[in-house]
Amino acid sequence: MLGLEKKDFQLLLVVAGLTLLAPFILNPFPESSGMAQFNAGYPDLMQRFVIFGIFAIGFNILFGLTGYLSFGHAAFLGVGSYGAIWMMKLISLNVIPAIFMGIVVAGIFALAVGFITLRRSGIYFSILTLAFAQMSYALAYSVLTPITGGETGLQIKSTDRPLLSNLEEGEIGRANLFGMDMRASFELNVGDWLFTFNAGYYIAAIAMLASFYLAIRIFRSPFGMMLRAIKSNQTRMSYTGLNPRPHTLAAFVISGMYAGLAGGLLVAMDTQVGPERMFWTASGEVVLMTILGGVGTLIGPVLGAGAIKYMENILSKINKDVLHQWFAFLPDGLEDFVITLIYPFIGKGWHLTLGILFMLVVIYLPGGLVEGGQRLARALRGKKASDEDGPKASTEPAE
Amino acid sequence: MSKSNFTRRGLLKTSAVTGAGLALPTIFTAQSAHAFTNEPTGGTVTLGFNVPQTGPYADEGADELRAYQLAVEHLNGGGDGGMMNTFSSKALQGNGILGKKVEFVTGDTQTKSDAARASAKSMIEKDGAIMITGGSSSGVAVAVQALCQEAGVIFMAGLTHSNDTTGKDRKANGFRHFFNSYMSGAALAPVLAGAYGKDRKAYHLTADYNWGYTTEEAVKASTEAMGWETVAAVKTPLTQTDFSSYIAPVLQSGADTLVLNHYGGNMVNSLTNAVQFGLRDKQVNGKDFQIIVPLYSRLMAKGAGANVKGIFGSTNWHWSLTDEGSKAFVKSFGTKYGFPPSQAAHTTYVQTLLYADAVERAGSFAPCAVAEALEDYEFDGLGNGKTLYRGADHQCFKDVLVVKGKENPSSEFDLLEIVEVTPVEQVMYQPDHPQMGGAEASLGSCNNGA
Repeated sequence: MLGLEKKDFQLLLVVAGLTLLAPFILNPFPESSGMAQFNAGYPDLMQRFVIFGIFAIGFNILFGLTGYLSFGHAAFLGVGSYGAIWMMKLISLNVIPAIFMGIVVAGIFALAVGFITLRRSGIYFSILTLAFAQMSYALAYSVLTPITGGETGLQIKSTDRPLLSNLEEGEIGRANLFGMDMRASFELNVGDWLFTFNAGYYIAAIAMLASFYLAIRIFRSPFGMMLRAIKSNQTRMSYTGLNPRPHTLAAFVISGMYAGLAGGLLVAMDTQVGPERMFWTASGEVVLMTILGGVGTLIGPVLGAGAIKYMENILSKINKDVLHQWFAFLPDGLEDFVITLIYPFIGKGWHLTLGILFMLVVIYLPGGLVEGGQRLARALRGKKASDEDGPKASTEPAE
Repeated sequence: MSKSNFTRRGLLKTSAVTGAGLALPTIFTAQSAHAFTNEPTGGTVTLGFNVPQTGPYADEGADELRAYQLAVEHLNGGGDGGMMNTFSSKALQGNGILGKKVEFVTGDTQTKSDAARASAKSMIEKDGAIMITGGSSSGVAVAVQALCQEAGVIFMAGLTHSNDTTGKDRKANGFRHFFNSYMSGAALAPVLAGAYGKDRKAYHLTADYNWGYTTEEAVKASTEAMGWETVAAVKTPLTQTDFSSYIAPVLQSGADTLVLNHYGGNMVNSLTNAVQFGLRDKQVNGKDFQIIVPLYSRLMAKGAGANVKGIFGSTNWHWSLTDEGSKAFVKSFGTKYGFPPSQAAHTTYVQTLLYADAVERAGSFAPCAVAEALEDYEFDGLGNGKTLYRGADHQCFKDVLVVKGKENPSSEFDLLEIVEVTPVEQVMYQPDHPQMGGAEASLGSCNNGA
């Protein structure tokens, strides 16, 4: 169906179901319970899940298929964001042209960067891309302040009068889709549960599903096969008379455009851009997301992005007082002891937890969370690892 | 091979269920009847404390958080009441805000505007925070302030010194108690003229980002107005850790004064380099070479160690002040944490009290009512003497402290001594001052949200 094999189509359906029902799935705990701390079903975080999912899917097309590890992918995200916000400031507050602009600008930038960096492979390629990203960051942070707003970044202001809008005097423009505000939400109260259905989230979710579908098509296409060939043995590929360069460049640009789409969506959901979006840690984050989820798998990057964003936003907000509430039932001395044990791993220590999780995954589950899921499924079915029909379709080898 | 159970009937069933699920909200749509975003309905009210817990300003962030917790304790009637007893307004009773117990949520801004906005959004969307406060970088403050304006909650800025926060990026829902670059320049200039004379040649090293630019502009304008000459202004990358290559040309330029428009680690490194180069022992144009640091903080002075001795700068507040408010605050902070508070802790504590007080006086949590209560509000007893929250740009106007690195510090906290308290009249400016975004800058209208 839709030009997909049955397995892939089922995977697409599962992903579609998960994203569309996310407001329910991510809010499993009642509002008044102590566990509500772990609810992630609020618009901003749901938007981040799918947007960074797109970013990671795009990154995976490059890294998962060709094996070229780009350490500067955040630059495309940032450039796409700047493109999108200027579109909104100058032309129209509608998100579609803005997102489109984000994709185009990031694509052009990726073409230029890819043309230069793809002359080298391996660690040299990684360092070159890292250099480009840091250069973009430095430019945005200071040199290009008139265009990028420097450290403060860009926002839509009350003085911005886009060409295709009729704002009242002093009104601050808001991102919309043909008049529908991105911030508009339905709130559904069921008993003690509160589910929020946000317009912006569903737009981002549809974009994510489209990119996911496109990624499946790329993975299964002859072009995807070419990219895998580059990963497994580039020299042999050259000897058979195929030139790998155009293919890697195409993969690099596609992947850059995915990042641009993510950048454009970030601006559409929250109309502001700052240069930190291009900092090298942001580039490193997408690498982590992909490896954590499973390199070269279809769904892995999305899971990895979700896991990291969840920790960043939920774990980092647990503070000492929350812990005291949780463990109030313990005797005083024991309570303090337990809290001293846990405290380094939450709140500002969330990086530590992420690091431990990352190490565990890399050591014990080289195929990422996807491999974990498969092992679990196999264990549940009581089968051995020898089965042929496991969801192998979605786990092309990491090497 | 696995058997497919993907049938036409199955698909129909699934899509029917999915469709029903999607349609559900439209059936139940009960537009919540809140008058404004996150109107507190129960017996509690939630404030959002959004501070850097990781990254370059984590020290400041930790101190801010301590002050917030102290403020919440005092608002709920715990502790010794701190500055609530010395505050000129007596609206706060120690029974929470409008009788509602104050609760709080915390978040990590990582000193990145994206992360700060994500954290603030989660406080607003998930935790129902009615007010967001914090931040210790101007980029973050401006970004979060704009977010609060959109969402319809009040933003009480923490440590942010750039002119832009209440200058060109001012917002109707945002308020700043901390002073700014312009005030630093205006307060420092006369003291410098008195100490070093009116015919100096200054050389600026400026951190290459917005705060650096506004500070350089402010100091340049104020010092040139009293007769100094600016020889050169060189931008240094924010990530620079070794400033020797920037210090070397200073002496060749013929300048006799070096102004370091640097903050945090930048300032610690550049000052240390400058002192190591022996700049302070040099004689240029027949005068002793001098160094100036426009914005000082105790944490920076600690980092630079003995190098700060005798160097002038400005600060918003210092724990050695002897007015009743400062004494009360230092006492209750010291009792709870065992050391004196920093200026970051002071400004965030004061902002929290000011917000609570404005809500009490307005009799409502609605952002527009709170904003009205804060605008053009005059108060006293919060450590800076008589203070005005100006309505035109939501900036506090109060005396500014000019400080100097202490020659003989008695403890690791006693690093700065107050040289002069510059009266507020001297640092006043018009709301449409060119350094503040000119006539174009406007607050917009206040936003109550949904």
